[in-house]
Amino acid sequence: MKLLLAFVSSLLISSTVMAQEVAPDVLVKTVTNEVLDIVRKDKDIQSGNTKKAIDLVESKVLPNFNFTRMTQLAMARDWRQASAAQQKILTDEFHTLLVRTYAKALTEYKNQTVEYKPFSLKAGETDVRVRTEIKQSGAGKNIELDYWLEKSAAGWKVYDIEVGGISIVTNYRESFAAEVRNSGIDGLIKLLQTKNKSGDAASVKK
Amino acid sequence: MKTMLPVRVKSLALAFAAAGLLAGCATSGNPKDPIEGFNRAMFAFNEGLDSAIIKPVATGYEAALPSPVRTGVTNFFGNIADLLIGVNNLLQGKGSEAVSDLGRVVINSTVGLLGVFDIASDAGLEKHAEDFGQTFGRWGVGNGAYVVIPVFGPRTARDTVGLVLDVAADPVTHVQPIAARNVSLVLRAVNDRANLLPADKVIEEAALDKYSYIRDAYLQRRRNQIFDGNAPREPEADAEQVERPVMAEAATVEPRAAADTVAPDSPMLVARTETAEAK
Repeated sequence: MKLLLAFVSSLLISSTVMAQEVAPDVLVKTVTNEVLDIVRKDKDIQSGNTKKAIDLVESKVLPNFNFTRMTQLAMARDWRQASAAQQKILTDEFHTLLVRTYAKALTEYKNQTVEYKPFSLKAGETDVRVRTEIKQSGAGKNIELDYWLEKSAAGWKVYDIEVGGISIVTNYRESFAAEVRNSGIDGLIKLLQTKNKSGDAASVKK
Repeated sequence: MKTMLPVRVKSLALAFAAAGLLAGCATSGNPKDPIEGFNRAMFAFNEGLDSAIIKPVATGYEAALPSPVRTGVTNFFGNIADLLIGVNNLLQGKGSEAVSDLGRVVINSTVGLLGVFDIASDAGLEKHAEDFGQTFGRWGVGNGAYVVIPVFGPRTARDTVGLVLDVAADPVTHVQPIAARNVSLVLRAVNDRANLLPADKVIEEAALDKYSYIRDAYLQRRRNQIFDGNAPREPEADAEQVERPVMAEAATVEPRAAADTVAPDSPMLVARTETAEAK
């Protein structure tokens, strides 16, 4: 019996290890394909149903993101000024803002295809960039879309996305810093909350 | 090579520049954006122009022309642009890229029916994006102050000088007769704007403050272009190194980002000692 237990638990452990060892490029590819498959079939999302796109992002994409790290990166040195409670609110609000943006981008989807650039994981690497390129079907230039991932105990987690060389996380740095400079951490929290609420209103109107 | 800008536009630009310097005295805070007051005013002007004229025209254009036609227009002007992209690659010492760009022009101008079809991309000759501003950046010229130029939009001091050369060297600005030139310039501008329409809603959704969102995106994008897509991550001002792995690549390639070398007291071109690392 004891032996059996040991065997079963070793199986469990090895399967968790397997789960953690999904390579970052495989992770990006799997999630992207899964999401695009859904969007391709979903006429609601294609016609601009932001709510549905948000649900999709929340369930499929977000488990692979590290929002605390993202918020920390966007806040830069101001992060340490924030109390634990403020950090929690900031992370939640930033999460909402990024999800809305991501969902909005999905509703703009028009038959683009994704090309995955060659990727190789060097031994011992814990911080990597996975490069993809969005191929436009009609007019318009192709867009480079890169994912930055970091290895954690729970597997590889995305902590930044670069669109055409623009990091969607660090792009907030200056505006966050300016807001904190002018009206403090609470001012920034309020600004994010107002922004997210206005987003609600906009999607309700649809 | 003479500039094609009429004298009136030049004096207007001078007046704007002077206004910018004056406004710069009053508003500052971000060292990358010493003339923020002027820039915000100009940004509002450009936004107004866009929403009143350019965007509606681009939207109508997009609705009126089927996608393959718009792709043809994009490719046609893209083919003309490849010529200068090749020249800039040459100036940056990237010989094989320059050869590839000129190969693109040859293939697309002939097999691609005067550039309407981008056969070269299908054949594996990748399209590049280069301009004089990037060439200067590659040579080690820093950004200088961020500046929003009427109609053209975001630039840096360095990229403004680059823009003047881009316009002067642009084959489309030398088309004769003038009427044909003007039609070409307008068509290209409208087509470019139409290609950007899908990004509008996403930016509205993302930006807390559209002005600074676009400014920071422009600066990031230019930095990345100068590094040809291999820019190291911008250093984190935050010193909490314990929680974060050291980014070896970022540390060895270049300790300071090109975008960070703007001295607050010198809004014009800032010469940099280290050049952007060629990979």
